[in-house]
Amino acid sequence: MSADDPFEAIKQTFFLECEELLTDLEASVTALTFGDGDGETINAAFRAIHSIKGGAGAFGLEELVRFAHVFETYMDELRSGRKTCDDIAIRAMLHASDVLADHVSFARGLIPSMDEERSQTIANELRALMDGGGSVVPASTPDPNPAEDPIEAEFAFKPVMFDFGDAAVAPTESVPEAWIIQFKPHKRLYETGNEPALLLRELARLGPCEITLDTSGLSAFADLAEPEACLSWTIELDAPVELEAINEIFEFVEGECDLVILPKTGLLATVGETSEAEADIAALLAAATAPAPVLNTPVEAEVDIQALLAMATASFEPAPAATPAAQPKSTPPSAAAAKIIAPAGNTGPAVGAQASIRVDLDRIDKLINVVGELVIQQAMLAQSVAECGVTASSAVKVGLEDLEQLSREIQDSVMAIRAQPVKSVFQRMPRLVREVADMTGKHVRLITEGEGTEVDKTVVDRLAEPITHMIRNAIDHGLEDVDGRLAAGKPKEGIIRLAALHRSGRIVIEVSDDGRGINRERVRKIAVDRGLIAADANLSNEETDNLIFLPGFSTADTVSDISGRGVGMDVVRRSIQQLGGRISIASTPGKGSVFTMSLPLTLAVLDGMVVRAGGQTLLSPLSSIIESFTPKEGDLHRIGARDWVIRFRERFLPLIDTGRVLGFSPPDAPVINGRDGIAIVVENEGGSQVALWVDDIQGQRQVVIKSLETNYRKVDGISAATILGDGRVALILDIDALVVLGRQQANHSEFKIAS
Amino acid sequence: MTKKILTVDDSRTMRDMLMLALSDAGYEVVQAEDGIDGLEALEREGADVVITDINMPRLDGFGFIEGVRANPAHRGLPVLVLTTESSAEKKARAKEAGATGWIVKPFDPVKLVDVVRRVSG
Repeated sequence: MSADDPFEAIKQTFFLECEELLTDLEASVTALTFGDGDGETINAAFRAIHSIKGGAGAFGLEELVRFAHVFETYMDELRSGRKTCDDIAIRAMLHASDVLADHVSFARGLIPSMDEERSQTIANELRALMDGGGSVVPASTPDPNPAEDPIEAEFAFKPVMFDFGDAAVAPTESVPEAWIIQFKPHKRLYETGNEPALLLRELARLGPCEITLDTSGLSAFADLAEPEACLSWTIELDAPVELEAINEIFEFVEGECDLVILPKTGLLATVGETSEAEADIAALLAAATAPAPVLNTPVEAEVDIQALLAMATASFEPAPAATPAAQPKSTPPSAAAAKIIAPAGNTGPAVGAQASIRVDLDRIDKLINVVGELVIQQAMLAQSVAECGVTASSAVKVGLEDLEQLSREIQDSVMAIRAQPVKSVFQRMPRLVREVADMTGKHVRLITEGEGTEVDKTVVDRLAEPITHMIRNAIDHGLEDVDGRLAAGKPKEGIIRLAALHRSGRIVIEVSDDGRGINRERVRKIAVDRGLIAADANLSNEETDNLIFLPGFSTADTVSDISGRGVGMDVVRRSIQQLGGRISIASTPGKGSVFTMSLPLTLAVLDGMVVRAGGQTLLSPLSSIIESFTPKEGDLHRIGARDWVIRFRERFLPLIDTGRVLGFSPPDAPVINGRDGIAIVVENEGGSQVALWVDDIQGQRQVVIKSLETNYRKVDGISAATILGDGRVALILDIDALVVLGRQQANHSEFKIAS
Repeated sequence: MTKKILTVDDSRTMRDMLMLALSDAGYEVVQAEDGIDGLEALEREGADVVITDINMPRLDGFGFIEGVRANPAHRGLPVLVLTTESSAEKKARAKEAGATGWIVKPFDPVKLVDVVRRVSG
């Protein structure tokens, strides 16, 4: 794609617009599903499909146009009330919306192939609904035979052959040498903004014309109380053109004029009879195009033919001028014209009344980066000033505080630019619910709340996968089948609730169902069978429920095709943790389960713990930290030459010497129990816990994340960097990588011992 | 003087396409997103030619044209409707509302400019 190609740019706009339109369509159809819809809802759905079709046609996306056309035609039937919008209709709309979305995705190159068979099936279904039911099939229904291409008829630009009244044109085999055209505009022709002079000019483009004006229709000027069209023209077109070419010129004025088009033959005499007044084409055009002001010619003035012509052509002019004879002189010249022109002189920007603009993401990221620098610079300046011994009440200090306040506000505002409502993700879910419900044969209703909740764009983009997974899981495993629900005294329709809300600076997404809840005994048994917990482990209900997040745990007796293709909730947890988030479950047997995930609002800033290890300042992401403590005597145990474990809540966790693993501490540095330190218990994405050994904890801080890879290179065990308030660079720990690194080094040392 | 064209369409794609075709042909383009927006833009900015979509929220193309024609100052203003429906019924309704002519979507930019020239000189 070339950014310079405006056509390609519009195509991209089209796809973006399609996304919005499909979202609107989904919302309309969903509203109809719940019986919330009315005529306007159907209208809105129709418009969305119509717009997609219109754009697709412009880009030659034929498959998309073809399907959209059938869908649109069906919606038109519903809209007009010719077909009833019942359950069957809504079901068809749901399926058709999904296929339409697929067509768009395919045209956009987002999916590799299009399920043509399904598309054809759904299209046929729509056609059958239009034809079926014994109702009258309206004229606008396309040919139900799919072999024929309805688009051809719809989109090809074919000049229409008009049959102008009684004067039927005899079909001619060969093109005649010349034409005689008799043209008498009606008042309506002027009222619709058409202009005889322009039509005559178009004719003149076809070939040499001899134009004759007939003013015999003009009444005496004083009788022109009502504006009327009084003039008619006879044109001799001396060129061998096709009839269609002439018809095309008069295409827009069909029914607004008397028009006779004849090949120039013996009929000439009869047609030419009526023309008496003759004028040359230039004079005619000048007169016909003369502006309204001529209207103001005083009645007393000598009426010449020019004024009359102008009057006639301008007779469609406004009502106040309807009795020009009655109010001579009083009208200021060209008042009407001035009214149009005056605002036109205002060279304001093109209007769009748009409340939003589109900005390249790169630009925003750059801005965020610069603002991050600003905040850091401001903090460094504040520190320098403090070191100079400036008093708290001094103007410098007060000014700096204001600056700090402003910097924070700028930072928040810039972050807000990247914030997007989770709506875009939420609105993909109804389709998913339908599909999974269809596959499982369950009746499911999806309720969404807090669609407007905003979160960083990157987070929004990456929310879809875990939410999809959780919803699939909730329908597949959480909800009972219809019989099961009825037996449990529940309504047969299960409810899945998807909600988003802000809570303490994070976004919380909840997926809940009113199904059977977690079967704790079964979960426990599976966990024991798979060796995930000890057979005698004493777990709270909450701990039992959370076992389902462990890798390798799957409660489905058979691996279901729906909820995971063999992967379990551990995958969900991992993808959420990659976003710096956490997930938990609360379940009530027989009542249902609630999955709650909490995520940071942005990936551009991070809450972290500033620590020191091996003489370096490091930052550990707060979301991975479980606890930190100073180990007591006897908590540390040495295993092998240099590996350590630490006792934590009656368990032993591997202890990673952060400074050594990252290579900050010299190889001959004293071993762990030979120096003071603090253990930070962290949990990696797999859910396993380790303890990091650091020298010191300096506090908790929110920092702006700086990519190390783009500025330097990838460093093992480090995810990114940041700059602290005092100007020091601090590396941000990549807990997962650190754990792997620690394990590798341990293996390596064991190997050395063994050899 | 550069002619000013008001385009009224709820589809951004279509507005962009019209903008591209018309500005390439040397016209000044003013955009509006629906009928109501269009009427306001016409009063505020004026126009030499108006091109409007039919299916729009708030106020559709037919209502928009009727609104244009209701103002005596705009009775002779050329107003073209954009339509994918080449059905005689749609054209007749547009005509009834006071449309000057129509442009069938998807339009060829050359054809579009040709039609604009045909109704505006």
